Amino acid sequence: MAATEADIQALEAAAGLSASRPGDPANVIEFRAVTKRYEGGDTGVEDISFCVRRGEFVFLVGSTGSGKSTLMRLLIKELEPTKGHLHVAGRDLAQIDRKKVPYYRRNVGVVFQDFKLLPNRTVHDNVAYALQVTGSSRKEIRAKVPDILRLTGLSTKLHNFPDQLSGGEQQRVSVARAFVNHPPLLLADEPTGNLDPETSIGIMQLLYRINRTGTTVIVATHDSHMVDRMRRRVIELRKGRIIRDEATGRYAPRDLSTAEFGALMREPAPEPRRVREPFDDFDDAFRD
Amino acid sequence: MKVGFFLREALRSMGRNAVPSFAAMASVLVTVLVLGVFIPVVQATTGAANDVRNRVLVNVYLKTSAKQPDVQRVRQLLTSRVAHVGKLQYVSKEQAYAEQKRRFPDAYQLLGSNPLPDTFRVTPDKPDNALKLRDALSPSTPGGGRTTIDPAIDSVRNSKDDTQKILVATKVVKLTTGLLAVLLVVASILLVSNTIRLSMFSRRREVEVMKLVGATDWFIRWPFVIEGVVLGALGGALAILLLLVGKIALLDPLTAQFSLLAAPNTIHFGMLVAVLLAAAVGVSAAGSGLSLRRFLRV
Ligand SMILES: Nc1ncnc2c1ncn2[C@@H]1O[C@H](COP(=O)(O)OP(=O)(O)OP(=O)(O)O)[C@@H](O)[C@H]1O
Ligand SMILES: [Mg+2]
Repeated sequence: MAATEADIQALEAAAGLSASRPGDPANVIEFRAVTKRYEGGDTGVEDISFCVRRGEFVFLVGSTGSGKSTLMRLLIKELEPTKGHLHVAGRDLAQIDRKKVPYYRRNVGVVFQDFKLLPNRTVHDNVAYALQVTGSSRKEIRAKVPDILRLTGLSTKLHNFPDQLSGGEQQRVSVARAFVNHPPLLLADEPTGNLDPETSIGIMQLLYRINRTGTTVIVATHDSHMVDRMRRRVIELRKGRIIRDEATGRYAPRDLSTAEFGALMREPAPEPRRVREPFDDFDDAFRD
Repeated sequence: MKVGFFLREALRSMGRNAVPSFAAMASVLVTVLVLGVFIPVVQATTGAANDVRNRVLVNVYLKTSAKQPDVQRVRQLLTSRVAHVGKLQYVSKEQAYAEQKRRFPDAYQLLGSNPLPDTFRVTPDKPDNALKLRDALSPSTPGGGRTTIDPAIDSVRNSKDDTQKILVATKVVKLTTGLLAVLLVVASILLVSNTIRLSMFSRRREVEVMKLVGATDWFIRWPFVIEGVVLGALGGALAILLLLVGKIALLDPLTAQFSLLAAPNTIHFGMLVAVLLAAAVGVSAAGSGLSLRRFLRV
């Protein structure tokens, strides 16, 4: 048992190293010195470089206005970088033709900070729309939509319109829509922003489960409590720059079941996070 | 599957956006109604003006002493040597006499002999050339009078002395109605496209979201275009129905009494219906498709 855990740690340490190397084929996302300035002169993000490997679970933290949403919007080509390059699955996003952008976006599920639900469609039809754009048959829709709605706990709200839902329910519809296609990359911008702690844990459990199926997940959040418990890679932004990038993943054993994961989430928080310093590595080496 | 899907999408959005949809339909209806009344009016007016203009004639009176060879020579002259001659009608002394006698039997009863000359009634190729034609046939002399280009011609006169006035007045009428028609068409297109643009604008967020979850431009556009076609057809059809009722109830009884309304070159009602319906559907569908473009750039 101890041996396997040590193995996993070794593996993950190695993987953690490779994560920082650009051009690695295992990278799903590569930011290369990306800067985004808005028209008014506001800086969205400034000189951002990082890589995310396939199957990783990454938290994006930082105070409000630090550039988390900007980063997400760059990733779905809603915004173009002012400077630098941005590769997803080996492709430079700047090279994607305007006509091809919709096909690219179908591979990226997004939970938007403001949900972005279609006001004239029911919960069911909102989720189904993500399938309809890909040309899915009605049979597929009948097979997939009720499933994902059950998973997100929306089975009873099938025929409600978005304005007949609470904020948290709308958020869950947004999660359901983002994942109904099983996209290889999932971006969640504040997926728990409007939820009570228990429901937040439910959503995070869902994201965890999704991640375990091999999907790369990036979650932007203010919820430090949650981040501390999850013990995953954390990228912290401040004023558009990366000030911390910790591959904390190795603290957590990989193969928790979702229930165990939930239990972990409910545990009291470990010691508060702080900016990583060089001697931390030294400490880690002597930890059992 | 696709067509059915787009149709259902269009119907759903009309149902959920009933007010803007109704506004778009109403603006199409009003526009078609106004155009449907105005187009025949413009045409009848233009037709009437043209009618008046076409009655402009140049009469070439021969001398009473003119013999058959003189008549032939003048005819030759008119058909081959003079510019701007359209139609040529020869009225001999006898025909003229018979005609006048029929119109004024009492006056001609008193006359023993025929005082009328042989006449060529010349229609200019275009009404505007009437005065040029007269000048060509009887150039003015430096002394202020007029000569004729052939000794057998006694005088050249326009059928009415106010040819100039008729020509100017009818031209003004035609230009005014033409201008009005253009303005009306422009106003209609603006009205309809603005109504559509407003209703699009209220749905731009929706369109943006569709783009962000991976919908292609045409996947979003088709339901809007179909909606445009349906609303345009609906508005157009209602307006035409009203026009038809108006025609049967008001116009047809009047036509019997006023020749202007029955002007022969007014557009045929069926043709008018087809043109209006096509325009309504076309403008509304194209308007929907085009005004969407701005919001698809996400
Ligand atoms: N459309 C825009 N036009 C101009 N400036 C913008 C725009 N969107 C964001 N910004 C600016 O870019 C900076 C980063 O914004 P961003 O939305 O990425 O922050 P965030 O980290 O997501 O914040 P929050 O946690 O509150 O969601 C902010 O200073 C903001 O003012
Ligand atoms: Mg944000």
